[in-house]
Amino acid sequence: MMKDWEVVIGLEIHAQLATRSKIFSGAATAYGAPPNTQACLVDLAYPGVLPVLNAEAVRMAVKFGLAIGAQIAERSIFARKNYFYPDLPKGYQISQYEQPIVGRGALEIVLDDGATRRIGITRAHLEEDAGKSLHEGLANATGIDLNRAGTPLLEIVSEPDMRSAKEAVAYMKKVHTLVRYLEICDGNMQEGSFRCDANVSVRPRGAAKFGTRAEIKNLNSFRFVEKAIQHEVARQIELIESGGTVVQETRLYDSDRDETRSMRSKEEANDYRYFPDPDLLPLAIERAFIEAVRASLPELPDQKAARFVSEYQLSGYDAGVLSASRETGAYFEAVVGRVGAAHAKLAANWVMGELSSALNRENLEIDAARIDPQRLGGLLERVIDGTISGKLAKDVFEAMWTEGRDADAVIEAKGLRQITDAGAIAKAIDEVIAANPKQLADYRAGKDKLFGFFVGQVMKATGGKANPAQLNDLLKAKLGGG
Amino acid sequence: MSLTSRDVEKIAHLARLGITDPEKPVYAANLSKIVEFVDQLARAKTDGVTPMAHPLEGLTQRLRADEVTEADDREKYQRNAAAVQAGLYLVPKVIE
Amino acid sequence: MSWHARSIAELAAALERGEISSVALTRHFLDRISGLNGALNALITVTADQALAAAAVADRRRAAGERGPLLGIPLIHKDIFCTDGVRTSCGSRMLDNFVAPYDATVVARLKAAGAVMLGKANMDEFAMGSSNETSFYGPVRNPWDLDKVPGGSSGGSAAAVAARLAPFSTGTDTGGSIRQPAALCGVTGIKPTYGRVSRYGMIAFASSLDQAGVLARSAADAAVALGAIAGFDPRDSTSVDAPATDYTAALDAPLRGLRLGLVKEFSESLEPRNGALIAATLDAFRALGAETTTVSLPSLPLSVPTYYVVAPAECSSNLSRFDGVRFGYRCADPRDLRDLYERSRGEGFGAEVKRRIMTGTYVLSAGYFDAYYLKAQQVRQLIAGEFRAAFQQVDLLIGPTTPTPAFGIGAKIDDPVTMYLNDIYTIGANLAGLPAISAPCGFVDGLPMGVQLIGPHFAEGRLLNAVHRYQTATDWHVRAAPGYA
Repeated sequence: MMKDWEVVIGLEIHAQLATRSKIFSGAATAYGAPPNTQACLVDLAYPGVLPVLNAEAVRMAVKFGLAIGAQIAERSIFARKNYFYPDLPKGYQISQYEQPIVGRGALEIVLDDGATRRIGITRAHLEEDAGKSLHEGLANATGIDLNRAGTPLLEIVSEPDMRSAKEAVAYMKKVHTLVRYLEICDGNMQEGSFRCDANVSVRPRGAAKFGTRAEIKNLNSFRFVEKAIQHEVARQIELIESGGTVVQETRLYDSDRDETRSMRSKEEANDYRYFPDPDLLPLAIERAFIEAVRASLPELPDQKAARFVSEYQLSGYDAGVLSASRETGAYFEAVVGRVGAAHAKLAANWVMGELSSALNRENLEIDAARIDPQRLGGLLERVIDGTISGKLAKDVFEAMWTEGRDADAVIEAKGLRQITDAGAIAKAIDEVIAANPKQLADYRAGKDKLFGFFVGQVMKATGGKANPAQLNDLLKAKLGGG
Repeated sequence: MSLTSRDVEKIAHLARLGITDPEKPVYAANLSKIVEFVDQLARAKTDGVTPMAHPLEGLTQRLRADEVTEADDREKYQRNAAAVQAGLYLVPKVIE
Repeated sequence: MSWHARSIAELAAALERGEISSVALTRHFLDRISGLNGALNALITVTADQALAAAAVADRRRAAGERGPLLGIPLIHKDIFCTDGVRTSCGSRMLDNFVAPYDATVVARLKAAGAVMLGKANMDEFAMGSSNETSFYGPVRNPWDLDKVPGGSSGGSAAAVAARLAPFSTGTDTGGSIRQPAALCGVTGIKPTYGRVSRYGMIAFASSLDQAGVLARSAADAAVALGAIAGFDPRDSTSVDAPATDYTAALDAPLRGLRLGLVKEFSESLEPRNGALIAATLDAFRALGAETTTVSLPSLPLSVPTYYVVAPAECSSNLSRFDGVRFGYRCADPRDLRDLYERSRGEGFGAEVKRRIMTGTYVLSAGYFDAYYLKAQQVRQLIAGEFRAAFQQVDLLIGPTTPTPAFGIGAKIDDPVTMYLNDIYTIGANLAGLPAISAPCGFVDGLPMGVQLIGPHFAEGRLLNAVHRYQTATDWHVRAAPGYA
């Protein structure tokens, strides 16, 4: 008999902090440098060197803590996590263990049915990233690049509060949006700036105890998170239902095969022998510093979305999309600034519609858009004042995008200005009617559908420039009146 | 508390120290003596005493400004490495 | 008087008067090293060419009008300090091929002061030892008796100063590694307050205990040398951000009213001849105006077991970076990653280092952490508290540096616990981060013995002052080992 299974997921998100230099050394953190050219003596763990903590990494962690409503530890401790691996040059990772900098907090996610769910965040702590092992192009050897070693990480540990892969993705996206808002992480998942480990278990619905969990390591896209969890859930249920038991272990998601498999190299019992790092004194954070950081916080995504709803009467969905990044929100508000709040919905439709698809087509970020908010606002003004129709506006938009000119210049050059001269429209209608006597007779005999045919013919004759409302009125009168 | 050769094996593996078979009982005997010696700590009354991780208690971590101060000196730093190729440090193939 | 018998101040004055150049002085000491080091094995590396070049630079700096108490004065660095372009072995096969690409802060500061490095001193492997017998480069021999150990781990530094191969040397002290060899070789050695001297570039043994200091023939010389290396260093988070004082300024202050406390726990069980020396030393201090009393630190006898949990724990982690990948010894033809690690470390480290790494791994491992590591940190707190209380009653603590004079090479090497007990009087100061000094105070069986003074945090000046006054009233510190005058 099939049981009803409940899925339990917790995420450990690793966000690389966007500092210029590393967490414990003065080497650069820029991505993509030739191997080991951004690995200084401290990063290489040379004999005799010592770590010195980067103030900006601390400030960024505090910023995050405040944004999730967490307690900031006035005193936190750096500890050594001891294990041997070639990408870990000291043989230990400096991390925080017993007293992390950020305590308990929470974030709210919106589910598909519009309901919200609160996801608890257990803690967030500062630690250093490891280097990279490269296996390709080397005969029988692994190459070690330590450029990434020592890049500051904020590890954000959630409670096991998520109940589906979709919820896990929604939570991860929420954190992703937040860290970019706070400008503490560039969020670039391809470059590994934002990645997570997922702890997944299943239990019979209603059971009090959690099932045994597996940890899936190093998921670096939203899609992989979803697929890896789905696969792992299916694997665990199948295993239990066929009489097996889940073992606690680390697994790796293979995106090529869409499956998770045990990481034998990390399977052996780890004993990390955590102890306070004697090279680093306790980190003290003063109240005044916390308050200064609080004062510097930007408007957060949820606050912005709520404001968009109340200030511009947008739907919750539109507000959510437009507040998903600081840049999108700023673009939208700049357009509204030009066209006025009364036309906010029009602005929202254009930002989420034409602009967004043009950006996607060329794989551009919104701040690299070829039409700036002022120009888009200028285009919408021409729609609002009736100079062009909404349909023509799309063509104007395309021309603006490729030619880099403003709306008025495009409209003039292409002669797209709408015809609002009633005489000219009437003349065109008369010509169309004269040329189509059979359709006229049918229409008058009761074939109402032919009205659309006449609209199309007049539009064709005017190059699409006839004002639709005027055309409508005049056409009705002429067809009906005879 | 006395340690066996098996204990020595486990510890040596955690510490990635290659120890030969004949050495194991010798280290087991040495370590047993050391552990027995430090076992006298158990006699100290330490209820409620805060562990002391650092000799200058009361001092707190000083912070560094977020500045790039280190330039690339890979060629010099890699002179001490036994195996390097294309700027990478080499280790025997790691299978994940 | 021969050049090698003169104090730093006398040498600086001679350089200033132009009686000798730094190049000539450097050549004098290099000649002495080439004649005497063969028997002593005090130096692992002699940097003759660099030394002569540095001396020439010092002479030019002086000619250009620069002055300074160490400008042109030779010294020897313990081989634990990284020296740019010069092999830095730490007494280990692991680093036999290691050329440091940078200077330790201590080295850089002495370079800036114009001091001239003659070479790198032998030491116990990774500073783990009390006899200098754990060095990959073989034991150092005590100038007072070549069959005896010089103490350790700064054994080469102490033997070199005792044999007058240099006016002073640098050392490091994690559990007594400056003071114990200073005592056994009849020289003056000071371990400053934890955080007073930068640890940057000093290869770590136990990070919460390690501290750099100097060995010289007198407190006056030590004051000059310490002044050059003390001070804040932004590269060491545990370096104390306070200006260094001029340790020479108060050297001559009278000792009237100085309250010296004899540690009860260490004075009761003294071997009679050692006890007699300490009694005579107390008399000498009283004659100089000091008052003496006895104070009790009941937890201090637990300092050695506490140390042998804390120091191995930290060292087990600190030495994980030696993995054969980026620097240091790498085994031949590793089969796989595990083989690379296990053989590089197994072959690169000596027995004592491996013992300590394993001890430390054990006390930090799951199931033992609370009983050993945490417990030791608590006892450490008790000991530090008792020191604080003692310094409410007295200005400085006084007692022997070591239980016995130098012992025979090979006598204790097979019994680690007996070896560890050599440091019974010195370890307390490291656990509490206190400054402490050892100075010659007499002889037992023709071998030098030392008196140790311990002060509250940042009392280096007071310690040097007390010993300097003592040395103006006694002559133990000017006696040379036979054949090394």
